[in-house]
Amino acid sequence: MTFLLLGDISQSTLDPAGVGAERIAELFHWMLSGGVLIWLIVVGLAVYSVTVPGRHRPRLTKTLVIGGGAVFPTLVLTSLLCYALAMLPALHQPAPKTGLTIDVSGVRWWWRIGYRTGENERVETANEVRLPVDQAVEFKLHSEDVIHSFWIPALGGKVDMIPGRETRLKLHPNRVGRFRGVCAEYCGTAHAQMAFDVIVMQQADFDQWLRDQQQDAREPAGEAAVRGRELFRRKGCGACHTIRGTDAGGRVGPDLTHFGGRLSLGAGIKTNDADNLRRWISRTHDVKPGVQMPAFKSLSDRELDSIVAYLEQLN
Amino acid sequence: MAMTETSNRNEINKTDHVTSIWWIVVAPTVWAVHFLASYLTAAIFCAKVADSDRSAGEVQLAVMAYTVVAIVIIAGVGWAGHRRQRDGHGRSPHDEATAADLRRLIGLSTFLLSLLSAVATIFTALVFYFVGTCH
Ligand code: HEC
Ligand SMILES: [Cu+2]
Repeated sequence: MTFLLLGDISQSTLDPAGVGAERIAELFHWMLSGGVLIWLIVVGLAVYSVTVPGRHRPRLTKTLVIGGGAVFPTLVLTSLLCYALAMLPALHQPAPKTGLTIDVSGVRWWWRIGYRTGENERVETANEVRLPVDQAVEFKLHSEDVIHSFWIPALGGKVDMIPGRETRLKLHPNRVGRFRGVCAEYCGTAHAQMAFDVIVMQQADFDQWLRDQQQDAREPAGEAAVRGRELFRRKGCGACHTIRGTDAGGRVGPDLTHFGGRLSLGAGIKTNDADNLRRWISRTHDVKPGVQMPAFKSLSDRELDSIVAYLEQLN
Repeated sequence: MAMTETSNRNEINKTDHVTSIWWIVVAPTVWAVHFLASYLTAAIFCAKVADSDRSAGEVQLAVMAYTVVAIVIIAGVGWAGHRRQRDGHGRSPHDEATAADLRRLIGLSTFLLSLLSAVATIFTALVFYFVGTCH
């Protein structure tokens, strides 16, 4: 687990960790080369035309202007277009039906995530996507309010999430590690703080994790945690948050059933530790302005400690 | 007006008017119609007709047909423009204040825009050539 916490969190499309991202990085480099080539030739001809003294031969001038300014760029662009288009069908091809399907909804300003585990069964979590390495995964994308865009730069392309519609995306990670996903379409105040963690794991680890996710929340152990569960109920957190196995069943905010096992909090913006969680609950809007959760300023230190203890042990 | 340029008097008297400026927009319009027709066909086909394997071979055929028609029209327009441009002499710039030069200028613009429209139309068609599914 430590490598996940300590390693770099890549968010670069040029440092690919997935099949789609590899193709996109390749394409980027070809496009860049083509662009540089056109630039060099056009600018080179322009410099030539103004620096070489005397009358230029009209015939040659015409050839250079038409050839370098129109024909050559058109040929380069056409080959780049063909190269890019030839790449599309494979990228667009849905993942095999037998593989993993994950529903992701964009909600201002966090991500609702559902793993399809059976015909009509789903395990819900939030703000963290775990994937098995070397497997093509199909994402079904939705939005519950405005247009968002789902993007994990290190793994592949981005796709908009449009209210009332289902869009889709296939990702095929091929390197274990921790990556960062973001919302790539402006969606309001906290848009820049709408991110999520992506953790690519070995198949066996992933299977174990998914089995754990299917379990209800663990019983609180220890006095503080037990008090925390009671406070979670009394303070009305359950109106917005679900903790499976308790009577908290709200759907306004992220599912917290296994919150303690998540690496970050607040949709990928802070490390998930006790200090940050205290601040999140008591000074929510300082941490993430605009967020649709009320700050619980009136909680005493003891109450806060209890709630934090309760939530952190929900792994 | 036509009297001002003697070398082309016959030609101009014969057509009796300066070439219509509308010639210039024909080729880009063909590209636009081709573009719309292609994407509308794909959208309607994929929404209403495509079966479960989501293949869109029919759309590819249709777009190929649109492309042939579009390129034939654009080539015709381009050729007509080219001929007007060279009327009498092919020396640009055609910037004399004469009907004949105006006619050449319109011819040249028509010709160049036809080239551009042909490239744009082929670029549109390439998308359908490479992406043969509704995914
Ligand atoms: C009015 C509804 C509402 C109430 C009440 C509410 N929350 Fe939230 N909570 C949210 C929303 C919405 C988010 C997601 C915010 C975001 O990241 O944009 C959230 C996020 C969180 C998160 C971060 C989850 C994650 O995956 O990053 C924690 C932890 C949390 N709330 C705890 C609490 C606790 C503890 C209480 C009660 C003291 C509480 N919430 C009460 C709506 C609510
Ligand atoms: Cu956003």
